[in-house]
Amino acid sequence: MPDLGKYADAVLSAYAVSIVLLVGIVVLTVWRGRRVRAEMDAVEKRSGRNG
Amino acid sequence: MSLWEYANPVKFLRLSERVQPWLWAGAAICLGVGLVWGFFFTPDDFRQGSTVKIIYLHVPSALMAINAWFMMLVASLIWIIRRHHVSALAAKAAAPVGIVMTLIALLTGAIWGQPMWGTWWAWDPRLTSFLILFLFYLGYVALWEAIEDPDTAADLTSILCLVGTVFAVLSRYAVLFWNQGLHQGASLSLDKEENVADVFYIPLLVCIGGFVLLFLALVLYRTGTEIRLRRTRALIAREARSAGLHAEGA
Repeated sequence: MPDLGKYADAVLSAYAVSIVLLVGIVVLTVWRGRRVRAEMDAVEKRSGRNG
Repeated sequence: MSLWEYANPVKFLRLSERVQPWLWAGAAICLGVGLVWGFFFTPDDFRQGSTVKIIYLHVPSALMAINAWFMMLVASLIWIIRRHHVSALAAKAAAPVGIVMTLIALLTGAIWGQPMWGTWWAWDPRLTSFLILFLFYLGYVALWEAIEDPDTAADLTSILCLVGTVFAVLSRYAVLFWNQGLHQGASLSLDKEENVADVFYIPLLVCIGGFVLLFLALVLYRTGTEIRLRRTRALIAREARSAGLHAEGA
């Protein structure tokens, strides 16, 4: 761990906030994408069965 | 082969799924290398101390916040002129990513500003135009959610995007023509002979590369999701229509 001196709180909080936001948007994006894909597959299967 | 072939959702999804693994991997490598390099292996600045390490997050996110809006502008213009649904959906998909980029730029800027300027916030031209850009992003997403008909939503959000472009341009160039603010000039510029010192500049470029690749990966993935959502809604509407016809026939 580098010596961040008196600005340690500022630097660490900037990294923490940014990493949380970046990971958050990636997780939300993938979660929503999978949900929508599963929903579409289910509707396509149902539509195919009903002609 | 014409670029417009990718306005076909099936072709777009096929190409998008081929390139996405490379984009995700490239983003992970560049961000991992750039941030570790910047955080652990670069020295403190003689004036700003260790806060200079915030540059590896602040500059790339600010750059992408503005460029995401320009990407939305291009996609919106394609929608207005050529009515390709994929372009409208790509603009819609980019907005939440732009919000996150703008939020990171605003928050890291405030955290950096407090020890350097003695304040979290100042009504400086660049900060203010960035805040307005953030509000435009929120308004853009809210407008998409508020309108049920997707084509009408695409029309109105495209107009909003054109108007908001003024603030995206202001965010980019405010430091050049408004000199009364606290914010320094651009850290990176193509026409400047010397940018920040090389010891900071190279890891910064790696981080910028990571943010660009992450943005592209997220937008392609989210555009695919929007295309699938649109198809699902169309199938459900068709089911409902045929169920209605059966009920009338009975």
